[in-house]
Amino acid sequence: MNARSQLRPSLLTRQRVRTAWLFLTPMLIVLALVAGWPLARTIGFSLTDANLSDLSNARFIGFENYLVYDSGEWYGVLADGAWWNAVWNTLKFAVISVTLETLLGLIVALVLNTPFKGRGLVRAAVLIPWAIPAIVSAKMWGWMLHDQFGILNHILLSMGLIAAPLAWTASPGLALTAVIMVDVWKTTPFMALLILAALQMLPTDCYEAARIDGVHPVKVFFKVTLPLIKPALMVAVIFRLLDALRIFDLIYVLTANSKDTMSMSVYARQQLVDFQAAGYGSAASTLLFLTVALCTVLYITLGRVRFDGR
Amino acid sequence: MKRFMSRLGFYLLVAAIMLYTVFPFYYAIVTSFKTGPELFSADYFPLRWNWDNYISVFREQSFAHTIFNSVQVSFAVVAVSLFLGVTAAFALGRVQFRGRGLLLLTVLGVSMFPQVAVLSGMFELIRCLGLYNHLPGLVISYLIFTLPFTVWVLTTFMRDLPKELEEAAIMDGATPWDIIIKVFLPLMWPALVTTGLLAFIAAWNEFLFALTFTLSNTQRTVPVAIALISGASQHELPWGNIMAASVTVTLPVAGLVLIFQRRIVSGLTAGAVKG
Repeated sequence: MNARSQLRPSLLTRQRVRTAWLFLTPMLIVLALVAGWPLARTIGFSLTDANLSDLSNARFIGFENYLVYDSGEWYGVLADGAWWNAVWNTLKFAVISVTLETLLGLIVALVLNTPFKGRGLVRAAVLIPWAIPAIVSAKMWGWMLHDQFGILNHILLSMGLIAAPLAWTASPGLALTAVIMVDVWKTTPFMALLILAALQMLPTDCYEAARIDGVHPVKVFFKVTLPLIKPALMVAVIFRLLDALRIFDLIYVLTANSKDTMSMSVYARQQLVDFQAAGYGSAASTLLFLTVALCTVLYITLGRVRFDGR
Repeated sequence: MKRFMSRLGFYLLVAAIMLYTVFPFYYAIVTSFKTGPELFSADYFPLRWNWDNYISVFREQSFAHTIFNSVQVSFAVVAVSLFLGVTAAFALGRVQFRGRGLLLLTVLGVSMFPQVAVLSGMFELIRCLGLYNHLPGLVISYLIFTLPFTVWVLTTFMRDLPKELEEAAIMDGATPWDIIIKVFLPLMWPALVTTGLLAFIAAWNEFLFALTFTLSNTQRTVPVAIALISGASQHELPWGNIMAASVTVTLPVAGLVLIFQRRIVSGLTAGAVKG
């Protein structure tokens, strides 16, 4: 066998590669059609003054939707107080809810990792909040948080914790808290199950050793368990964080277009659909996309650091 | 004694978790049996089995038609995603070629897209295809979030299947298509059930696209219909009807979750932790 035929892939391999591309093509075409093309068009629209009712009549206006200085005033998404309010809301929501979900998820996962009677049932029950539509959970909680007839006010009043009913979803100070509360309820299960999966892959021998040495369980958790599940925990946190940055359904249904809870997605959709400003709304969408893309790149690099470092 | 106390504490914690996760449903069920002034009192137990809200949701809001819309869309999304997912996973999981890693990374990247980021482009696409306010438009747009994840999970699964099976099939002169259908598919049904279920739940729950790309009541899906149930005035929401509709659509999902919880958990972890 000469060197040439060793370097060149065999006929069979080349045939396989050709088949592989053939099998990939339908998926790639669909993905380009439903993801690549709409994204490119959205970015394109963000540079025009397009109107949603008549998209074909758009005029190129450069970056004016983002930021423009005109007769002594700044205009554009980046100069809009409502946009920065939405950014701030989204960040607050994402950080607080993901933190709470991680802590609660950790507790639920530790409980579910201990064998007890009826564990399967509890695990299944915990999954249901994750599986139901966000709209349904928003409505269910919207009713429980109702300012006059809601059960939560009723419970808090009868326990003497509050003096008067609270307007959970309507008052500026509480609306975001209410949104976070519902989101924590809905997504803690997801966190708990990801953490549980990591816990169940841990080797049992170091726990045996710790038990024989009489190390306190709390110390074992912080010295053994937590460092071992940290990589999986990080991945889960970043996944949830990316998800929280694009929150739409829950906020839209629970508090409508209220300024107090408006997220970046709600802002972009309001401009795009309610005000029909396709160009301006696309600019906001593009900014949201860039934010999420930045986080994704960060995640992938972090992931690589993890794979190479260990 | 100390042992007993810690045991008790543990079970109290379990009870608290159960109460926390299940109470909102329970309360929705209790509410769904209340009408009129009964709604204004907070009760922990159903007063009577009053099916009026359910009857009204199905009769006046044509909820059965809405559910049928959602079922059609979700099944179509699952079928298309699984077909494209299996063929792509065969190429990505079984064949070594240049650019494979980059492709997988792209697919993973698409799953991170915020839906709003493609909204105006998707709107234009759907209108160009003449599918605005039609269910196939929803099927097409839903592929943006079901497809990446289906491809990803099926590829992970396909990669772990034994090589010998495929080699033996090639020796017998099987084409790649035969290998997928006759050799891999029978082995892959657990992965197909998992990814199919997750895609189904994702499509069933989707709200933003359904809200934006449909207009008339006859084309509504379940989440949009529930979000848009309204009463005589803005401040007078028919909570009984809303809860009845919520309970109706939650029960099948809860059933699926109870039956397939192991499958769902394995799919979630394959999609997230290994990803």
